[in-house]
Amino acid sequence: MTQTTQTTQATQAGLCLEDLAVGYRRRALRPSSLRGRPGRSVRSGRAVLAGLSAAAPRGQLTVLLGPNGIGKSTLLRTLAGLQPPLAGRVRLDGADLGQLSGAERARLVGVVLTDRVQIGLLTAAELVGLGRHPHTGPTGRLTDADHAIVRWALDAVHARHLAGRPVDELSDGERQRVMMARALAQEPSMILLDEPTAFLDAPSRVTVTALLRRLARERNLAVIVSTHDLELSLRVADQVWLVDRTGALHTGHPDEVVGSGAVNTSFDGDDLRFDPATRTFELRGPL
Amino acid sequence: MTTSPTSTSPTAAPAAPAAGESIEAERRGRLRVGSRRAGRRALVLGGLVAAVAATFLLALAVGSVAVPLDETLRVLAGRQPHDPRWTVVVGQIRLPRALTAALAGAALGVAGLQMQTLFRNPLADPYSLGVSSGASLGVALVVAGIGGSGGTFTARVAGSDRFGVVIAGAAGAAVVLAAVLLLANWVRSVVTLLVIGVILGSAVSSVVSLLLTWTAPERAIQYWTWSLGSFAGTSSSDLTVFAPAVGLGLLVALASVKPLNALLLGENYARTLGLRLRRVRAVTLLGASVLAGAVTAFCGPVAFLGIAVPHVARRLLDTADHRVLVPGTLLTGALLALACSIAAQLPGTGLVLPINVITALVGAPIVIAVLLRARVDVAGVG
Repeated sequence: MTQTTQTTQATQAGLCLEDLAVGYRRRALRPSSLRGRPGRSVRSGRAVLAGLSAAAPRGQLTVLLGPNGIGKSTLLRTLAGLQPPLAGRVRLDGADLGQLSGAERARLVGVVLTDRVQIGLLTAAELVGLGRHPHTGPTGRLTDADHAIVRWALDAVHARHLAGRPVDELSDGERQRVMMARALAQEPSMILLDEPTAFLDAPSRVTVTALLRRLARERNLAVIVSTHDLELSLRVADQVWLVDRTGALHTGHPDEVVGSGAVNTSFDGDDLRFDPATRTFELRGPL
Repeated sequence: MTTSPTSTSPTAAPAAPAAGESIEAERRGRLRVGSRRAGRRALVLGGLVAAVAATFLLALAVGSVAVPLDETLRVLAGRQPHDPRWTVVVGQIRLPRALTAALAGAALGVAGLQMQTLFRNPLADPYSLGVSSGASLGVALVVAGIGGSGGTFTARVAGSDRFGVVIAGAAGAAVVLAAVLLLANWVRSVVTLLVIGVILGSAVSSVVSLLLTWTAPERAIQYWTWSLGSFAGTSSSDLTVFAPAVGLGLLVALASVKPLNALLLGENYARTLGLRLRRVRAVTLLGASVLAGAVTAFCGPVAFLGIAVPHVARRLLDTADHRVLVPGTLLTGALLALACSIAAQLPGTGLVLPINVITALVGAPIVIAVLLRARVDVAGVG
């Protein structure tokens, strides 16, 4: 396992994984209160990825790369609190995310999932307003300040003109930006995005990726995004987390990760090869 | 860290409008868009309140004997009407019936909305988890003579003492509810839960059929009558139980508009917003089942209102926001049930139709119209 970032991460602002193991617990008919205790052994479940240590500093765009099915989504789901870690810790600005309540975590972590949101009779602004959920009172009524944050979040993703549009009339790219605005409206310290560019055309991909980097800088957010768009993400990312075929995590600046040859060991196949010099894939041999 | 004035900090944005002109323009824009929608919703909600009040009054005035509106108001005010019989007709027969219809419609509509949002399924209704089947089983057991002495039962069902039926229906609904709540704790996927509920309902229904094949036809017909539904059988003393039960369920729904809104995004997103999914699921199922169970126990398994009313309310109010939709559904349900109740009495004739005949005739076209209007890619719950 290559560990290229510094090891004194506990005091660093941003996300920090400490010997994290993620995966699925064996289904057992036990009350939920007994599940999900931190620090339990990995034996009780199936670890998809284990021994993960990495950092994703605030103000930087961290890209999570790896072959299909290696466990990127499982890792992101664990970071989002949707499933408990099998072992280890996830710290955000020093606080153990596993120890926080759902509402506390929702004020720190904004998430954009691959789940398709189908709400016909809701406008984009109302959808973004749902992101205020962790901050509003028991009725969920938005104050003027909440409305201002909704407008700001829509502005931040260049989607103000979509505010009054029904969500189901938006294009995939527009919808993805609105979902990012919804995450921003939570006023989090960190945003996690699971393949946000998967269904987008090339220009929208560049727009969204550039937007993520700008948000990280301007809002001093830790932005972690999983993607298959290797070439683009190596160009714009500040940090790379690369899960290779063995499940080992390589972290560092794109230059370091490319230089270490980890990209090649992860992605090179019979037909395709990653060229570290041009940072593009090229076909191997005649078709 | 370079920042533009409009996207620095959300908290600073409202306090320090840097570009005053554009902010003013955008505020006007927001007010225009926002207030038009809000104004329309307020108008629709106000219209619904007026319509419910008018229909309620109409339900008191019309029937086999028409009572003039001013005389109806006179009875309501506790004064002596022109014809002393009208005190009985309006005050003791039609008032409990209209109150029952309004409460039942509100209850079924709101319960249907809760279930449709929870299961993210436009076809979910208050009975999706088998609550009405459980109630049916309870009543069928009593009718078949297992749960009580058969001799006095005919009199009970006929209305002089409905205690047995109500208790049996409520107990049956409660047993199914307990089973479903237990399952909901173990089953993670709501789709699985919904399928289990539907299958459970079918199984219980077949047990009911089995019971009735062994029941004497003259007793089985009592079950059949109950299963057609009626708002007319509730006495004033019934209402002292029915109204608080429905009121409690409606309060639960009104208090959970915020988690219901979060659930519009799907369970995963709802959890990332800090929603305690198991608790919300349990409270919603409990509230919806109390509503559906109370209605079924007192009025029989009233069909279609639960599935149709939320769709009508969504179209009327043009929103998926539960802060508007729950009160809207409550009012729409009361309105439609009152209208069905009036239609069931066939004004001008002495005939009384079973309420389920009316609700199905009114409800079926509405559900079909909604499904035809819903676009293929829209789930229809939002």
